[in-house]
Amino acid sequence: MRDGWARLGRIFDGRQAEIVGLAAVLVLVLVAFGVTTPRFLTLGTFQSMAFQLPELGLLTLAMLIPILSGGLNLAVTFSANICALVLAWTLQTFGGPDAGVFAFALGVGLALLTGFVIGTVMGLIVAFLGAHPILVSLSMMIFLRGVGELITRGGDISGFPAFVTTLGHGTVAAIPVPLIIFVIVAFAVHIVLTRTRLGFATHMLGSNIEATRYSGINTKLSLTLVYSLSGVIAAVAGIIMLSRFNSVRIGHGEAYLLITVLACFLGGVDPFGGFGRTVSVVLALIILQAISSGLNLMGANQHLATGLWGAFLIAVMVVRWGLGRWRAARASAASASPRAPPKNQTTKETAR
Amino acid sequence: MSDAIRLQTAAARPLVLQLKGISKSFGGVQALWDVDFEIAEGEICCLAGENGSGKSTLIKIITGVHRPDGDAEILFGGRRLGALTPVTARQLGVQVIWQDLSLFPHLTVAENIAFEQNLGHRPRWARRGAFRAVAQRVLDRLGLRLPLDTPVMDLAIAQRQVVAICRALATDPKVLFMDEPTASLTKAETDALLDVVRKLARDGIAVVFVSHRLAEVLEISERVTVLRDGTKVGDFDSEGMTQRRLTELMTGATFDDEVHARDRHDAPIVLQTDGLTRRGEYEDVSITIRQGEVLGLTGLLGAGRTELAATLFGLTLPDLGSFSLGGQRMSFASNRDAIEAGISYVPEDRLSLGLVQPQSIADNIVAPVLKRIMGTGGLIDRGTKDRLVGHWIDRLAIKVGKPDDAVSTLSGGNQQRVVLAKWLATEPKLMILDAPTVGVDVGARAAIFEIVRGLAEAGMAILLISDEIPEVYFNTDRVLHMRDGRIVGEYRPRETLMTALEAAVHA
Repeated sequence: MRDGWARLGRIFDGRQAEIVGLAAVLVLVLVAFGVTTPRFLTLGTFQSMAFQLPELGLLTLAMLIPILSGGLNLAVTFSANICALVLAWTLQTFGGPDAGVFAFALGVGLALLTGFVIGTVMGLIVAFLGAHPILVSLSMMIFLRGVGELITRGGDISGFPAFVTTLGHGTVAAIPVPLIIFVIVAFAVHIVLTRTRLGFATHMLGSNIEATRYSGINTKLSLTLVYSLSGVIAAVAGIIMLSRFNSVRIGHGEAYLLITVLACFLGGVDPFGGFGRTVSVVLALIILQAISSGLNLMGANQHLATGLWGAFLIAVMVVRWGLGRWRAARASAASASPRAPPKNQTTKETAR
Repeated sequence: MSDAIRLQTAAARPLVLQLKGISKSFGGVQALWDVDFEIAEGEICCLAGENGSGKSTLIKIITGVHRPDGDAEILFGGRRLGALTPVTARQLGVQVIWQDLSLFPHLTVAENIAFEQNLGHRPRWARRGAFRAVAQRVLDRLGLRLPLDTPVMDLAIAQRQVVAICRALATDPKVLFMDEPTASLTKAETDALLDVVRKLARDGIAVVFVSHRLAEVLEISERVTVLRDGTKVGDFDSEGMTQRRLTELMTGATFDDEVHARDRHDAPIVLQTDGLTRRGEYEDVSITIRQGEVLGLTGLLGAGRTELAATLFGLTLPDLGSFSLGGQRMSFASNRDAIEAGISYVPEDRLSLGLVQPQSIADNIVAPVLKRIMGTGGLIDRGTKDRLVGHWIDRLAIKVGKPDDAVSTLSGGNQQRVVLAKWLATEPKLMILDAPTVGVDVGARAAIFEIVRGLAEAGMAILLISDEIPEVYFNTDRVLHMRDGRIVGEYRPRETLMTALEAAVHA
């Protein structure tokens, strides 16, 4: 039994602690809903979760990379919708409902390019002018919102070819297409962050940009690319939202903005930058989605779900604090191996 | 001072503070073993010991932050005290000036000095006039002048030190602890500070001085209490004590202060600068460093040494002049070009520039050589990375738990080895070391210079910048003296006395 505890302790001490902890919470949430709501543990529930998760998920990944670099991108949702507008505009130019696959591919390309440009502009300002990312992205958010409202006159843009909905509602081997896209993007982000020079630089400069520069890393270029990448991922989110709702509105997903920040923190990302893992953030997203879907099935008010997300995040912070103390106590107990007093070889020589 | 006289003076001055049998353990780690300590009115005593020897723990016990284990005895003015808390310690008149000074940068000089008079149950409303009056009184007592209404952040570091002393004085202390008060001061500022300390002692305040700079320790104090590994080695008269003896007592090891200079004048030139000038920083600097040569660059703080290094490392551009590396003229757009060309720079500020403290030892070592650990498809190859990191940890004998631990978990000496490792991995031709031993223990310092000598033996050119004259005197082949941005003298340790070099620099 003691052995078991020790092993459990090691799991919670190791590098995988965050992931093990989040997985445990996920299982707990699933079991809780499974017991209280009979219809919860069915294929249908999981499929509907799998359709809803990618929107928030992609926006969260777009938020994750700037946070790791010690910044923030508050323009993710509006970037996504502006990119979707570019796609919608391309489709309408090529005949609206009659537009072909080529027009769609062109539109997607232009949307991704738009995301890249928006991100790069923010990145250049943050990196070269040294402006604070919150101010830069907040200004960009307000700018994009204004432009978007102006173009759409605050309304919905719709009338797309039928095949667009396949992207948002189709399945491949019972797996929703949006989920497949999300998994591909998440994997790519994971590889970029853990195995490339950009990812390495992102973590380092997130902790200390000057020391990173002194080490010979091109911090300005890296910081710019962080926001470029964030913009491109936001564009992917915009394309998915367009195909899910079959329309574009500049305010789509606006409520997700702060949830993306919280999902990062729930996934153990350091709010001050430098530390965080994609896998943990994805697990955190699944937990949030499970809570939301479960409450929905129970017939609870959607606002209650939002409130519970908040309560849940506060609870996680308290538990993390407790675990941190527990670990510190264990660490000092481990180093408490009794030590013999040092042999006093020098005779106590005193001048007195 | 002979023993007899010393006994007399000690008898003439009543003891303020006595500690007997102080032991303290933290979670099983014994920080102090049965340590006695005492200090008399108006005495200046120095607490010496390496990092981790128990100095801070002892101060924290005296100030009531930690409680000693077992049956320790603390007597204040001959009266035995029960439990000591930070509040009672302050009431008794025990004050500490920590190395970071703990001032409020946005508040004015007067507000900082009079801070404690205006806390909690004291006057409900802050009165600006009262602040100024308290501050002025304390400054007058020291015979010093400071702008009372200037925010502390606008002051030079030496002036901030004075503000911290004044704040302590405003509370009418009996015992004053000063933790590394001169760490960032120049020689002239240090002398001024030491004068202030003597003045305090004449007023009957007992001053306990903690410093890594042994020369200063011996100059200011009457008595040195040496701690090592949590035990007290002994109390020693400063009179007749040498730096070398003190180092031996602190480390338990013997170091020979030996001039290591060798003659390298026929080796090929690695770096040559020609009339290098950057206005307001340095002027007309023409120097050469040869293969395997250790060139010392000394001078007072602000002489332009670090600024020159910044240009050689590609961080700034010179206004005039040029420099060449291995015979090729260099022009760097950024420090990446300098690193590529074979120049490494160990900055003075290890905490915020030398290393990315929160990140891992492994990542810090590979940061300048990412290109070398790229595998297929432009992705980092973990195997190559681990091998590279392992190689340098072994080669420089860095004491680490795991390579994935944060750099901040290491001691100063081991952190400096990580900095060396990361630059050695780039295989530089020229290594610039800017004050490489700041905040590093005496023992670890010797080890770092041993590494540096090994590198020079292997043919690397080294530029050692330091304002500690013994450091450059004993460890370099040639010493350049920089003053107000210009090279004003060249010395060869084998042909010059250290005192002559000291006199020239501090003239």
